[in-house]
Amino acid sequence: MLNYALRRLMMLPIVLFALSLMIFALQMSLSPTQRLAAYAPSPDYLKGGQESIRRMIEQYGLNDPSYIQYGRWIGGVLSGNLGWSETARQPVSTALMSLFPATLELVVLAFVPCLLLAVFLGSRAGIYLNRWPDHVIRIFTILGWSFPVYVFGLLMLLIFYSALDWFPPGRLSQWAQTVVSSSDFVRYTGANTVDALLNGNLAIFGDALRHLAAPVITLTYVNVASMTRVMRTSMLETLRQDYVRTARAKGLPRRVVELHHARRNALLPLATIAGMELAVMMGGVVITETIFDYAGLGQFAAKTAANLDFPAVLGFGLYFAIVLVLMNLVVDLIYPLLDPRVKTQ
Amino acid sequence: MKVLRYLARNPVSLFGVVILLAFVLIAVFAPVLAPPQSFQLSPYDTPRAGFLATPQPPSPEAVFGTTQGQYDIFYGVVWGTRTAFKIGLGVVAISVLIGMVVGAVAAYYGGVVEEVLMRIVDVFMAVPFLIAAMVLTALLGKGIVPITIALTTFGWMSYARIVRSEILRIREMDYIHAARSYGASDLRLIVLHILPNAMFPVLVLATMATGSMVLSASALSFLGVGTEEGYADWGQFIAYSRNWIVGQPGNPFQFWYTLAFPGAAVFLFVLSWNLVGDALRDMLDPRHAH
Repeated sequence: MLNYALRRLMMLPIVLFALSLMIFALQMSLSPTQRLAAYAPSPDYLKGGQESIRRMIEQYGLNDPSYIQYGRWIGGVLSGNLGWSETARQPVSTALMSLFPATLELVVLAFVPCLLLAVFLGSRAGIYLNRWPDHVIRIFTILGWSFPVYVFGLLMLLIFYSALDWFPPGRLSQWAQTVVSSSDFVRYTGANTVDALLNGNLAIFGDALRHLAAPVITLTYVNVASMTRVMRTSMLETLRQDYVRTARAKGLPRRVVELHHARRNALLPLATIAGMELAVMMGGVVITETIFDYAGLGQFAAKTAANLDFPAVLGFGLYFAIVLVLMNLVVDLIYPLLDPRVKTQ
Repeated sequence: MKVLRYLARNPVSLFGVVILLAFVLIAVFAPVLAPPQSFQLSPYDTPRAGFLATPQPPSPEAVFGTTQGQYDIFYGVVWGTRTAFKIGLGVVAISVLIGMVVGAVAAYYGGVVEEVLMRIVDVFMAVPFLIAAMVLTALLGKGIVPITIALTTFGWMSYARIVRSEILRIREMDYIHAARSYGASDLRLIVLHILPNAMFPVLVLATMATGSMVLSASALSFLGVGTEEGYADWGQFIAYSRNWIVGQPGNPFQFWYTLAFPGAAVFLFVLSWNLVGDALRDMLDPRHAH
């Protein structure tokens, strides 16, 4: 068991190394002058004219052979220095760490209802195959699956912000932001809802929820579709198994067979997909965060990508690869708990 | 015949086919529906009716209204259909080709070659797709060629996986052993006997991916790294609507048309591909048969 987990973890450095090569190669396609911008602490630095720019290119070794530059760069990354992010005007690691709780908060709040809804709808659709609940659920999921996140998100803003003024964009209102940044408010986790409860401030808690509602609904609706489909297919497969027929034949009530015997086993493929989905969501709900102006990792990553802020892009890439590998590992580890037939070699 | 019978029994799938055909017609007859002006350098440059900053509601001159900067929404939606087909089909066709070559080579040679190729697939899978595509597009510049290159670069992996596993599965089937016993070469086996049978799952995946690639392409435009200003592209037009979600006090839906028309176009386009893909899978996979 432990061996298996270790073998999975061994993949991580290989993936990370290849990833770093890939990002480095992209970075090298820019001219030395363009790359110099990443080292400049402020734009004024680059206003010194041709001569000073050439001197700085020399100083940072931006004309050295690629492998030397790669070595220097990866050496910095390995010693924990991810570099400076132009976009955030902060070290990359600081920026990532300060934004992580916001994304985690959003993703957890969206993922739980998503999972419950997928199990409920998927098993219902499987049980009522080709009858009206199945058709309704099928249409609901296909619509959700085809709905562009940005169109759905903008519709949410149009209805719940412009028309009703219930769910404003951002993470907190102005007044709440003032309270949260004051010294009386202790930042335990960085997640607004959790911190508000720990500080016993219900007004802040309410305000944070008001801002979370629209992105959470958007994420849930857009992500529930694929998970529901997996659950439905898996439920159909399970309902055809011999042991289900046996359970029915010996006279157990339908409900017991469907919900206790079949659904339990039908959950297995969902666990795999749900793990992947969670990892992808953790890796940046880019569009949702951008639309609702929710300052999290996804919005940050989008900004850095558009600005070609390579240190930040690499930092984000490393973070994403780690989340992905860890999440796969977690799924592999809990799989035998869900299904005793699976023995990890 | 079988297809028609299936469609007759599945009105939802039929609906998908009908919308898709409608989009094909719109793309083909774009010059008739929204004739370009003679001074336009390219028919994909959306004409503007002035430079007013505020969007204008639908009128006889602009039936879907205009965006900020007075780009004609109807024109953008019509010619955007061509853009969508170009990007969707282009990305998927190239991705399938790359994926098939990689998957077939991996399955054919096995051993170290397979190990290396599939690890490369793993690495590409571990890259955040949209962010990576954004970086590459931002590097390559604006336009649909950079978008196509970026989406292909980070989108070919699932085809390689599926082709490889299908080849491994089919390779052990009786008819392959039979073909081998009368002396067919390995290459002939793969290209003529195995790949055609491995195509069905690829076809289903590709159909579904066409819609989602168009989604990703418009997401790139939406996030500001896609096509040039004014290019007839749905994502671009949706991006324009972003500043006009909130209307004037007392009139919250004032600028509804800036989002509604391009938004509906993307949604229906993706929906139709998904419905067609869904129907294909039902027809090709006996396990999903009714």
